[in-house]
Amino acid sequence: MSKDIIKFNNVCKTYVTMEGETEALRNINLSIREGEFIAILGPSGCGKTTILSLLAGLISPTSGSITIWNKEVKSTSQNVGYMLQHDYLLNWRTIKQNIMLGLEILKQNTKENRDYALELLDEMNLLPFQNYYAHQLSGGMRQRVALVRTLAIKPYILLLDEPFSALDYTTRLRLEDLVSETLRKRNKTAILVTHDIAEAISMADRIIIMATSPGRIKREIEVPPPLRDPLPFSSRKVPEFQKYFQLIWREMNENENESIQK
Amino acid sequence: MRMKTNQSKNNIQNPLPQGGNIIKRYLTRDAKSPAHAEYLKRERIQQLWVRFTQVALLIFLLALWEILTHYRILDPLLFSQPSKIWSMFISMLLKGELHNHIIATVLETIVGFILGTVSGTLIAIVIWWFPFLSRVLDPYLVVLNGMPKVALGPMFIVAFGGGYGGIIAMAIAISIIITTIVVYGSFREVDKNLIKLAKTFGANKRQIFQKIILPASFPTIVSTLKVNVGLAWVGVIVGEFLVSKQGLGYLIIYGFQVFNLTLVFVSLFIVAICASVMYQGVAILENRILRNRG
Repeated sequence: MSKDIIKFNNVCKTYVTMEGETEALRNINLSIREGEFIAILGPSGCGKTTILSLLAGLISPTSGSITIWNKEVKSTSQNVGYMLQHDYLLNWRTIKQNIMLGLEILKQNTKENRDYALELLDEMNLLPFQNYYAHQLSGGMRQRVALVRTLAIKPYILLLDEPFSALDYTTRLRLEDLVSETLRKRNKTAILVTHDIAEAISMADRIIIMATSPGRIKREIEVPPPLRDPLPFSSRKVPEFQKYFQLIWREMNENENESIQK
Repeated sequence: MRMKTNQSKNNIQNPLPQGGNIIKRYLTRDAKSPAHAEYLKRERIQQLWVRFTQVALLIFLLALWEILTHYRILDPLLFSQPSKIWSMFISMLLKGELHNHIIATVLETIVGFILGTVSGTLIAIVIWWFPFLSRVLDPYLVVLNGMPKVALGPMFIVAFGGGYGGIIAMAIAISIIITTIVVYGSFREVDKNLIKLAKTFGANKRQIFQKIILPASFPTIVSTLKVNVGLAWVGVIVGEFLVSKQGLGYLIIYGFQVFNLTLVFVSLFIVAICASVMYQGVAILENRILRNRG
């Protein structure tokens, strides 16, 4: 068993505005092992994205602490790569210039790092498109470019904020496999936020189910090896898949009733 | 108004396809298939008709003007005459009486236009950088923007003198505030997620501005250029009305004062041409800069 890389200790986050305050997260305790693929599943407004933003160091918790390798997260760091819901490619840059954005900002735009980024692009079969502009590419291609851009800075931890939600179903299935394979090969730790139960089961090693208002962890489910080991598309065919789907479905609907009663 | 190349003008003489092979070949040039040729032919004939009508309309209006004034239906003292305007234009041009005026006005306009746009953008950058400042300045900008800048003319003459200084100040004043407001607005409208993206890589404020905000706002900045060309012309002409001893605005006022309306029309004609050329120049620049954006 590998060591814990990420730890949430009693993390609470409350957003304050002129209108008032919103409790986004309450008492989050969570440990993530190195190389583990975690899926966070929950209804909208349960603080999924807040968890990622905290981990990325974009915002700080109201109380509690988050540590990566026992060091408290205080600002953004190169250890963490963040992949957003849309590709957000810059339309004034070519694909090649887009994937170098992180390296430029981090002032690591060296020949070696640029070559590495191009290698990744090649791995995604997009090398021939390096001088194209983003609008000339399809949604799936663009999201692959976004993945290259995230991986180009060589993060240890990858945060995936519903990265497939804007894609059509076929592209989505193909991309799930590609992302899983790429991350496994490099032994990256990943946290995927999604509201798609099937996606969570097929991709993750462990699933965190969250409840809303305030956002909190409702249940953790370990995904068993027969579902965990194959690539996402194949694991959808494993018999246990349905069983887990039902289990999680029930769990999530309970959530819903609970919040309606309130 | 768009200026077009001679090529289309040559074809205007015979816009219908029944003519010789040359015309047919022009109309179906670069066709990929018979159906495509048919489509191109239709589009191009349409295009030629538009050009033809544009030219015909111009000729018609000029002829009408000439005839009405020739037969004294309109008083030529008040409305002048296209033929008189043209001959005065040519004779002034040949005597070299126009050069100085044109150069003075065009230079003032270009300088006013560039300074107005650049300083408006710089102010927008400063306000973006210091959100506190933007909140403080907000009501001031609203008032200044609402103010008719031309009304400040006398102030500029007192402050910057009656020569180029006052005129250029007028041209700047008329465009700077609106540039600031529009460009600052576009800075603020940049997708917050692009900023978040840059932040995930640990970008600082300068990097966010340089890598995201500024390039994302480029289309807006370029489009303010187009507006500012027109505004700079307003500023310069009004400035020249007020003070100058040369320039096209001066010619207009002088012509009016000595009741030489032909001179006024000559000046207006030149202003129209210079302003169109500058506007087209900016439009071409805009195309160049924004060519690759989706």
